[in-house]
Amino acid sequence: MSIKHLTGLAVMATLLSAQVHAKTDVEWWHAMGGALGQKVNEIAADFNASQSEYEIKPIYKGSYAETMTGAIAAFRAKQQPAIVQVFEVGTATMMGATQAIYPVYKLMEDTNEPFDANDYLASVTGYYTTNDGKLLSMPFNSSTPVLYYNKDMFAKAGIKSAPKTWKEMGDVSRKLLASGAECGFSTTWQSWTQIENFGARNDIAMADNSNGFDGLDTTFTFNSIPFVNHIAQLKKWSKSGIFKYGGRQSSGMPLFYTQKCAMTMGSSAGLAGIQENMKGINVGVAELPYDETLISKPQNTIIGGASLWVLRGHSSETYKGVAKFFTYLSSAKVQADWHQFTGYLPITKKAYALTQKQGFYKTHPGTDTAVIQMTSTQPTKNSKGIRFGNFLQTRDIINEELEGVWAGNISPKVALDNAVRRGNEQLRRFERIQK
Amino acid sequence: MSSNVVFKNKWLPIALITPQLLITFIFFIWPAGQAIFQSFQLEDPFGFSREFVGLENFIYLFNDSNYIDALFTTLQFSISVAFLAMVSALLLSAFAEHIVRGSTFYRTFLIWPYAVAPVVAGSLWLFLFDPTIGIIAELLGKLGVDWDPILNGSHAMWMVIIASTWKQISYNFLFFLAALQSVPKSLHEAAAIDGSGPIKRFISISFPLISPTSFFLLVVNFVYAFFDTFAIIHAMTQGGPGNSTSTLVYKVYNDGFIGLNLGSSAAQSVILMIMVALLTVVQFKYIENKVAY
Repeated sequence: MSIKHLTGLAVMATLLSAQVHAKTDVEWWHAMGGALGQKVNEIAADFNASQSEYEIKPIYKGSYAETMTGAIAAFRAKQQPAIVQVFEVGTATMMGATQAIYPVYKLMEDTNEPFDANDYLASVTGYYTTNDGKLLSMPFNSSTPVLYYNKDMFAKAGIKSAPKTWKEMGDVSRKLLASGAECGFSTTWQSWTQIENFGARNDIAMADNSNGFDGLDTTFTFNSIPFVNHIAQLKKWSKSGIFKYGGRQSSGMPLFYTQKCAMTMGSSAGLAGIQENMKGINVGVAELPYDETLISKPQNTIIGGASLWVLRGHSSETYKGVAKFFTYLSSAKVQADWHQFTGYLPITKKAYALTQKQGFYKTHPGTDTAVIQMTSTQPTKNSKGIRFGNFLQTRDIINEELEGVWAGNISPKVALDNAVRRGNEQLRRFERIQK
Repeated sequence: MSSNVVFKNKWLPIALITPQLLITFIFFIWPAGQAIFQSFQLEDPFGFSREFVGLENFIYLFNDSNYIDALFTTLQFSISVAFLAMVSALLLSAFAEHIVRGSTFYRTFLIWPYAVAPVVAGSLWLFLFDPTIGIIAELLGKLGVDWDPILNGSHAMWMVIIASTWKQISYNFLFFLAALQSVPKSLHEAAAIDGSGPIKRFISISFPLISPTSFFLLVVNFVYAFFDTFAIIHAMTQGGPGNSTSTLVYKVYNDGFIGLNLGSSAAQSVILMIMVALLTVVQFKYIENKVAY
């Protein structure tokens, strides 16, 4: 073989490999570890196999906070991914960064991808839309708090059904304690379940300006009487063992797993973990209790979880890939599968209908509780969602102050007053830097 | 003979210290300068808008009761960790020095914890201390202690102190063991002939002779407790319950990386930097003079 031939072959090889690499890479930073991460990889691989132009590359970046701060740092260094998964408390921060984000409604328009916001569950998209109904980020994994209860312990105490109201929570817990249970109920994510969702469920404002949707000059009002009474009751109950605090975020779950507490309030996406940790024990899923003195028909709850934000600074080719991927991601098949596998809400009506048709809710009782709880009423301005700047810090503040209450160091009223005052400082700081 | 080395070529010494200077500049002076610059700014997380606010970040911190609390928490935490880690390491090394059979085995096991990543150490101890599933918590319960680090601030404090101490003992142990081994045997033999027992010999011979090592370790342990325990606290308590285990460094991380309050976080780093500088000056100026080498 002559040199000429070899050169020809080399050129050919380069061209061929360039052909292989002609796919447009789309980076997707996410915070889904473990089994969820594998599922994310699976979704991406399926999409990549379904077409030949784009390649979605999911990259696990650690916790939600690490993923978000990592993406922001990457943006400052001009190394940002095209898609980043941001948890719900980061929503206001992302929304404020108008120069950094590519709103999803606009992305879909610009790339001529079919997209109808009405296909989505209003209570999910409401969280991520502007007041004129424009969707800014792609809902992906949304969950909502539900009440989990140990059916075996209920049977032992002679209780027939799960409590619906906070008054029943007390009555049922007393029966459970009398039957030998160590504690009635616990909670995870106390700010999310006992303040944010307590407000939504009972249709009371957590802050003015429609819970922050109407502007940055918001002030917190979650030190109003209903909230103070609620926390005071929990405090009273924590003395008699009806309620037991188990720690921040989801570190209270072992109280439920080990059957010390017969009930807990936690994310609907926690069901898989419960089944894993409580094999052979019958667990029921019920709706979050409401306060019958405040409302006769409870409102919907609000979501947690995360959505996918598109960051600016990439080629139009990349954005076409992002739009195609979003269409694929929100298809009924992918969404129904994700919902059934993880316990996150189905984000589209079609995915919900498909799951129903497949008979999943019949074979897995309780998995539709969260969907029903989210969709059975029209969201009000107090239950549409919350939008507060620096809310991550405010959640920490709420944790700190409530822990002071459970430990008996401060009264519920003082704790909530403190939390509102310190939270307002965070809101003011956020308002100042949004220019 | 003069101790000064004379270089014939004047560029050679400069070339020799350049790498060191570069490293110092890139990894210390530059970031420190940026921190100082950032501490006078208020900016949004993405860096689009930036506003010069002078000393506002600092003034806010000193009016914030949480920051003052964090200062006292840090002092309490650091003193406890440094004291416990040094005393227990000294005891262990004193014993280890006397062991003849299987000494490698014991030493290896004592050095082992140092290889564990802080966050792993934190998770490990958290399992042991977990009030619902932890073994130690169960033992404490049997002893009548109502162990509850989730609600009880001082329990949480003890938990992070113990985990942080455990992690540091190995390091101190290594240094103490080396120091004890370098104490001349002849001194011990002479004292033994004069009739003093092992405890007396340790107190009056070994202990004074290892004081330079002890002083070095004191500084290292303080720096460790101040700066390197972040991952342990993060894994175990996240600064809670309330604010009871939120040290200054944890607050820097929390405000900066989680809360994205870069100005305040930078101001806190600058304060820490000044504190460490002062601490070092004071220690070397007043304490080192009293340490016999």
